[in-house]
Amino acid sequence: MVDILGGIAKALQLIISGDPVLYGIVYRSLFFSGIAIILATLWGTPIAMLLGLKNFRGKTVVKTFFNSLIGIPTVVLGLILYLVFSNGGPLGFLGLLYTPGAIILGEAVLVTPILISIMTSAIEAVDPDIMNLAKTLGASESQASIAVLKEAINGVLLSNIASFNRAIAELGVALLVGGNIAGLTDVLTTAVSRYTARGELDLAIALGIILMVIVFLINMIVIAARKAKMLFTLWRSPQ
Amino acid sequence: MTITAELKNVTKVYGNKTVLENASLQVSEGEILALLGPNGSGKTTILKILAFIETPTNGEVKFQGETVDFKDKNMEKPRIQSTLVFQKTVLFDTSVYNNVAYGLKIRKTPKNVLDEEVKNALKIVKLEGFEKRPARKLSGGEQQRVAIARALVLKTKLLLLDEPTANLDPKNAGILEEVIATVNREMKTTIVMATHNMFQAKILPHRIALMNEGKITEVGTPAEIFGKLSKNLARFASVDNTFPGTAKPTSAGTTLVDIGNGVQIEATGQRLGEISVFVSPQDIILSKSLLESSARNAFKGRITAISDLGSLVKLAVDVGKPFTVQITKRSFREMGLNLNSEVFIAFKASSVQVV
Repeated sequence: MVDILGGIAKALQLIISGDPVLYGIVYRSLFFSGIAIILATLWGTPIAMLLGLKNFRGKTVVKTFFNSLIGIPTVVLGLILYLVFSNGGPLGFLGLLYTPGAIILGEAVLVTPILISIMTSAIEAVDPDIMNLAKTLGASESQASIAVLKEAINGVLLSNIASFNRAIAELGVALLVGGNIAGLTDVLTTAVSRYTARGELDLAIALGIILMVIVFLINMIVIAARKAKMLFTLWRSPQ
Repeated sequence: MTITAELKNVTKVYGNKTVLENASLQVSEGEILALLGPNGSGKTTILKILAFIETPTNGEVKFQGETVDFKDKNMEKPRIQSTLVFQKTVLFDTSVYNNVAYGLKIRKTPKNVLDEEVKNALKIVKLEGFEKRPARKLSGGEQQRVAIARALVLKTKLLLLDEPTANLDPKNAGILEEVIATVNREMKTTIVMATHNMFQAKILPHRIALMNEGKITEVGTPAEIFGKLSKNLARFASVDNTFPGTAKPTSAGTTLVDIGNGVQIEATGQRLGEISVFVSPQDIILSKSLLESSARNAFKGRITAISDLGSLVKLAVDVGKPFTVQITKRSFREMGLNLNSEVFIAFKASSVQVV
């Protein structure tokens, strides 16, 4: 018990003193997850728009596929990606294994199903007449699609935030394809596991606290933004 | 006279349902043309085709002298010159300003011109100073006026209005009718509007196209249409409170019209023979007991349907013939009305319009 309290005290000290090792890990976590979300949004948005706006054969199958992938165990995905990125694997020639690039790509793949699923529902919830409205006001097909996306902005942001939460809090992918190399590919979750295993509980607890704070903060910002109707101002130009 | 838009034998089929059959219609520059007919007669389909957001299954559509190629990827080109205001008000979830400015931003209008145009358009629909208000927080009537302003600001050759005043209270409907007439007169905008409000069709348009079951059955001036076709018109146009009947003059100088099922309506003036009568839903007084009043027409009936129109409530009252009555939501609550409530309706002989 004394050990735990002592650990928490030391953890707080590390946080307050701005320990470089600690903040290096925090920075990498935020950076990797952030880039991963941007990537996932780049390739996920067109897919979500296709699923939300167009009707085609096999649409339900595709939607079910992404829905079921939301719950994929991160360690299984980590293993699959390890095989893909390892020397003998199909993408082995890229030499990405145990680099930040592997973590970023891995997390982007991990969050793609959740991003697409939430964004698709948000787009489907938009009044179908918005598309026709934009067109009759002179918008081209792509401009009209953007108008629909803007109507779904709350859902789009939610999909990003949920994805960010998933990416920053997952362990399996970062551990298996990142290798948990100190100062290079260790992130909050993998570092917690390493320092715990080594018995350096103060660092582990400090990292744990920061991870929790980040997750809570993100959710509080969402709630506050909804309340203050801040999201409203995101709707600016038609482009 | 220049022809702005033309449909030649246009057919539209959804699945196995033909919603528009062999429709031919010319829209002349500067006119107000009303498409008059019951729900499901194809009015909205014609408007959507003229707005180039619906592709005809067959037939030819000409716009400003040129045949429109609906397979063209760049449909935004003709769309720039023709815009549609939907019956159901659709607004972007943003400010009034952003709603009205949307089409101009698409057209890459410079900001200073944009501000001025938005301001003018809002002035026309009597919503000055509403720029910063969230559009979806406005009342139903105000929202529909924003939708009209958003179309007006584009100054398109062709303005298409789908039931612009349906579901509006009389005040907002009045403002809109005024706007439509003004825009046509002062901006010389060609307007095609769908309506099932016969009274509106009688005053606003220069010409009327009668529609029924996907076909255009007759085109003419209001005088022609209402003059010679009165009986047919009322029978098929299934417009609220329009009844065909047999008229007999009374000794009191009025006319008694037998509309069937034992219902006789008294109207002013002397008429004889087969005619149609129309009573505006707003002109009918609803009460829970028989009122002693100057109204020459009073009937007992039951409420058979209730629909919510925002600040108004639309009731269907069966008195032997189905009447539509509009009352405010407040009256509706205070009177404690329900489906099957027994009520009385009353209206003056002078509120009965003979068509």
